[in-house]
Amino acid sequence: MVVAGGTDVYPKMKRGQFTPRHLVSLRTLRELKGIRRGKEGIWIGAGETLTAISGHRLVSKQFPALAHAAESVSTPQLRNMGTIGGNVLVDTRCNYYDQTFFWRQAVGFCMKKDGDICLVAPGSAKCLAISSSDTAPVLVSLGAEAVLVGSQGERRVKLAELYQDDGMNYLTKRSDEVLRGLLIPQEALGWRNVYWKLRRRGSFDFPILGVAAALDMGNGGKCRYARVVLTAVSPAPKIVAEASRLLEGKKITTELIEAVSEAAVKVAHPLDNADLDYWYRKRMTRVYVKRALAELTGLKLETEKVVQEPVKDEKGP
Amino acid sequence: MRKKSFSVIGKPLPKIDAMAKCAGETVYADDLNLPRMIYAKLLRSPHPHARVLSIHTERARQLEGVCAVITGKDLPEKFGIMPSTQDEEALAVEKVRYAGDPVAAVAATSETLAEKALGYIDVEYETLKPILSIEEALASTEESERIHTWNRRANIQKAVSLEFGDVEGAFAQSDHIFEGTYFYQGNTHLPMEQYCAVGLYGPDDKLTVWSSTQTPHYLHRALAKVLGLPASRIRVIATPVGGGFGGKSDPFSHEICAAKLSMITRRPVKFTLTREECFYVHRGRHPVKMWMKTGVKDDGTLQAMQFKTFLDGGGYSSYGLASVYYTGALQTVTYKLPAYKFEGVRVFTNKPPCGPKRGHGAPQPRFALEIQLDEIAEKLGMDPIDLRLKQLVEPNTETVNGLKITTTGLRECIEKVAARAEWKKKFRKLPFGHGIGFAASAYISGAGLPIYWNEMPHSGVQIRLDRGGGITIFCGSTDIGQGSDSILAYVVAEEFGVDPADIRVVTADTDLTPVDLGSYSSRVTIMTGNAAIQASGKLKQMLLEVATDALEVPADDLEFADGQIRSVSLRERGMSFADCARKAEGKFGTLGATGSYWPPKNPRDFKGSGVGPTPAYTFSTAIVELHCDSGTGEIKIDKVWIAHDCGRAFNPLLVEGQTEGSVYMALGEALMEEQIFRKNGLHKFPSILEYKSPTTLETPEIETILVETDDPEGPYGAKEAGQGPLLPVVPAVSNAVYDAIGVRIHEIPISPDKIIRALEGRLKPVSIPGFQFPPPIKWQPGEGVQVTQKS
Repeated sequence: MVVAGGTDVYPKMKRGQFTPRHLVSLRTLRELKGIRRGKEGIWIGAGETLTAISGHRLVSKQFPALAHAAESVSTPQLRNMGTIGGNVLVDTRCNYYDQTFFWRQAVGFCMKKDGDICLVAPGSAKCLAISSSDTAPVLVSLGAEAVLVGSQGERRVKLAELYQDDGMNYLTKRSDEVLRGLLIPQEALGWRNVYWKLRRRGSFDFPILGVAAALDMGNGGKCRYARVVLTAVSPAPKIVAEASRLLEGKKITTELIEAVSEAAVKVAHPLDNADLDYWYRKRMTRVYVKRALAELTGLKLETEKVVQEPVKDEKGP
Repeated sequence: MRKKSFSVIGKPLPKIDAMAKCAGETVYADDLNLPRMIYAKLLRSPHPHARVLSIHTERARQLEGVCAVITGKDLPEKFGIMPSTQDEEALAVEKVRYAGDPVAAVAATSETLAEKALGYIDVEYETLKPILSIEEALASTEESERIHTWNRRANIQKAVSLEFGDVEGAFAQSDHIFEGTYFYQGNTHLPMEQYCAVGLYGPDDKLTVWSSTQTPHYLHRALAKVLGLPASRIRVIATPVGGGFGGKSDPFSHEICAAKLSMITRRPVKFTLTREECFYVHRGRHPVKMWMKTGVKDDGTLQAMQFKTFLDGGGYSSYGLASVYYTGALQTVTYKLPAYKFEGVRVFTNKPPCGPKRGHGAPQPRFALEIQLDEIAEKLGMDPIDLRLKQLVEPNTETVNGLKITTTGLRECIEKVAARAEWKKKFRKLPFGHGIGFAASAYISGAGLPIYWNEMPHSGVQIRLDRGGGITIFCGSTDIGQGSDSILAYVVAEEFGVDPADIRVVTADTDLTPVDLGSYSSRVTIMTGNAAIQASGKLKQMLLEVATDALEVPADDLEFADGQIRSVSLRERGMSFADCARKAEGKFGTLGATGSYWPPKNPRDFKGSGVGPTPAYTFSTAIVELHCDSGTGEIKIDKVWIAHDCGRAFNPLLVEGQTEGSVYMALGEALMEEQIFRKNGLHKFPSILEYKSPTTLETPEIETILVETDDPEGPYGAKEAGQGPLLPVVPAVSNAVYDAIGVRIHEIPISPDKIIRALEGRLKPVSIPGFQFPPPIKWQPGEGVQVTQKS
C-alpha cells in the first residue's frame, strides 16, 4: 500500500481496517508536487498538502471552493500532513466500518472488512459506505481530470469517472496506479464556484453533506455551464445531472434554484451511517444546494419555509 | 480570627505546577517507566448481557512473552464505591453486564503482544436478552432479564420517595399548576488523559499502585478488600490527573488487575486504556427522564413542587445510590419552596455504568426546574428573572428539606448577569432567530458525609517546617487540574506570610499523606483549606512564642509577612521566617503539626438525609445569547454571561478557569454530546471523532463574574467553583432557543434535527414510564422528627 500524508492510513491500521504488509511512502516524489498554470490548465500535484492548496494564491483566487474545501478537512495539524491526492482518493466512510477491531467484531463484521453483509442496509448487495472527500466534489464540479501513472504508463481520466457507486470498490483506479496529480481545465478559470459543507463542528469533522457548485455565467446573463456535485450522500461524489440541464442556457432565477434543489434531494441518499439523522441530512441537501446557488448567483432566496415531510424513524441494528 | 486583608489569597498567581505542565515535564501515569515493566490489556465482552460459561486461557499463556493471564476466578471479591452496593467484579465471574465489561486480563512484555494474546483467550458466552432502556428495566419480570440478583426488585437498584411539608395542601392552595416532562441525555467526561495505572508488588511484599485517580483513599480501600491484603501493605499514589470531571472517582478493574498481575509476576505492570475503553469505563452523566409539577400563586410565588426522576444507571451501581438522591436534593436550595415531594428511581441497564460527572445528579433536575420556571413566567406574563427575584432563599435559613443555607450571593449573581447582558433590553425583543435565556442554580461545597460511615476527619493536612525555613505540606488531596495543590500552597503561604512558590506540596500518596477523601463533590478547597489553616495555626503558635521572646514584642503585635515575623507597630523589629523556625525547633524539637476537618453535623435524620447537606452552598446564574438558523436548525452561541458565588476567590484565575470550563462542558451537553447505543447494546461511536464534543470554535465569548460572600464555613470564606457553574447553562440554552424561535425543547442535546422537528411541531414530548414508587418518608423541617410509613 502506498502512503502520502498517512492521516487516514495510520488510524485505519490501528483499527485493523487496513492491514498492509508493506507501506511505500510517496512523500519525497518530486513528480507529485507543484501547483502551476500550464497550457492545458491548472496542475495540482497529488502530493501537495491540503494546507498548501488552501493557502495557494492561484487556487484561492480562481477556485475559492477548492481552497475552502481543502481548508475544511479535519484539523490544521492533519492538513499539514494530508495531501490533496489522499483526500481525493480517501476511503469511503461508515459508522459501522470506521470502528476498532473489537467494536467491529462485537457488532459482526461488515462486507467492507472481514464480513459478508452491509450492516447499514442488510439487504443491500453492495457496500453503502459514503464518499467523504471535501475536495473531490469541488474538483468534479470544475471538470478536473486525474492523471494516473502505473506500470502501463500514464493516463488521464475525467475525475468523475474515477469514482463508482460502490462503497468497497469506489475507485476505478487500478491497484498498480498512483494518482500523480489533478488538472483543472483552462476554461474553468473565471467560473464561479463554491463549496458548502455540513458538519457538526467547525473543525475535525468529515462532511455529512457537501455541496459543490460551479457556474459559468457567461456575458449575456445566460448560464453556459452549471455543475452541482454532492458528497457524503452516496459511495461516490454525486453529480446532480438535472442541475446542468435545468440551468445551462438559461438566466438563473430563484425558481430555477428551487427546482435544482428538488432535483438534488431526489438523487441524495443519505443513510444511517454518519453523524445526525439521515432524514435531516437529506433535508439539508435542499437547503444547502439553494444556499450554494444563491451565493454564486447573488440571488436572494425567500425566507425558507420549513417543508413538511414525514419524519421517518431511525433504522439499523 | 478572620483576616481583613490578604497577601496571597485573591491574587491571580500561576498554579504551582503550571511550568511543569506547560513544559511537558509533568509525569502522568503513562509516563512512568519502571525497570522490567510489562504491559497489560483487558479482554472485554462483546455482548451487553451474557453468562460466562467458560474461559480458556491456555493458548494465550503459551504465547512467548505472555507473563500472566487472569480471569474472574482470580479476583472473586466484589467491590464498589458505595459500601451498601458492592456489585462490581474486577473481571466478570459469572456474568457480563455491558458490552465492554472486562472478563480477563493479560500481562505481556509488550502492549502489542498483550493485545494479541487477548485473541487467544476463548470465552464461551450464553447471551441473555439485553435491557437497554429505562422502560425495559422497569418492565423486567423474568429471572433471565435480571441484571443483578442482590437487589430486591428486578433491575431496580434504588427507588426513593421523600415528602417535605404539606404537599397536597400546598397544591390545593395554588392558583396555577404546571406540569412538564424532560429528558437529559447521558454523556461522558472525555478527559484528555485516558485511564492509566501501574502496579508494583515489591520484594518486601508491599504493593504500590500509581493511578490517574481522583480518589486514592477509596482505591486504597478497594484494593485491600479485593486483593485480601492488609491496607498497611498497600500504597496508592495518585499521579497528576489529566482531567477527571468525576470519571476517575471509582475503583476500577484496570487498577485492581494491575496490582494482581504484579503480585503474580513480581514485575511492574502498566495498563493504559484506549480512548475506546474510556467510553466503556464511563461512569458519566446519567440519562434521566423527569416529570415535574409546580404549583404557584397568581403572583408567581412557588407553593409546591412534585418531582419524579428515572435514572438509567447502566450495568453497575457505582455512585448510583447518591446519584438518585442528588436528582432531588438540591431543587429546594435556590427559591423558597414550602412543600416538596421527590420520587426517584435508578434502574440497571446493560450499558456502561453511569456515575458522577461534574454536577453529579444536579444538572438534570436543574434543567427541568429552570425551564419550567421560564414557562411559568411566560404564562403569568412575568419576566422570568423577576419571578425568581421575588422568592430567593435567604442566608442563614433552612430549606423545606432541612438543608442549611449559610451565605447566598444568588441575588447579586442574578442582578450582575442581567445588567451585563442587558437582559431587559433583549428579552423577547430580539429579532426572530435570535434569543436570550436565563437560569440559576445551586451546588454543594463538599458532601456533608463520607462515602463510608466513619467518625474520622474528611480531610487531614500535615505541615513540616525545616531548619532552612522550608515548608512542606502533606495532604491526601488529589490535583486533577483544578489546582488543589496550589490551593494548599496559597493557604499556607497566606498563613506564614511567605511566597507560595517557596512551599513544597506533597499530595495524594497514602504512605506519605494524611487522608483526604478525594477530589469529588467540590469538597477540596473548603475541607483541605480549613485543615491547612488549622495545622498552620498550631505551628504559628510555636513560632509566635519564640518570636515574642526574641523580638520582645507581644504576640498580638506580631505578623507573618514578606517572609518575616515582625512587629506590626515597629516594622524594623522582626526576624526572618527561617531564623524563627530554627529557634522554634531549638525550643520545641522537630516542627510539625496536623490539621483536620469535619463538616458540620447533619441536622437531618431520615433515610437518604446524607445526600444534600454541605458546609456551604454556592450559587450560579447564566445568561445565554444565541442565534438559530431556522432553515438548518443549527444553533450558534453568541455569548454566555456567568456569575458564580464562590464565597471567596483564592485565585481569581483558577476560579474563572473552572467557571469557563464548566460553561464549555455545559454547552457540549446542551448542544451535541450523547453517550448512546445501538440496538444490540454496543456504544454507537466510542471515539473522540464521532462522539461530538465542542471545539474552541464552538466556544463563545464567556464573561465571568465572580461574587464573593465570605462564607463562615469556608477557609477565608471560600466555597466551591468546580461544578456549580455548569448547572444553569444547559437550561439557559433551552430558554434562549425558545426566545429565539418560539419552540420549547425539553431534552438535550438540542441538536439541529430536533430544532427542525420542533419547528414542524413534530418533536414528541418526553414520555415518562409508569412506576409505583414506595410510600414516601415524610419529614418536617425544624422538628427533626421522622414520620416513616412502612412500605
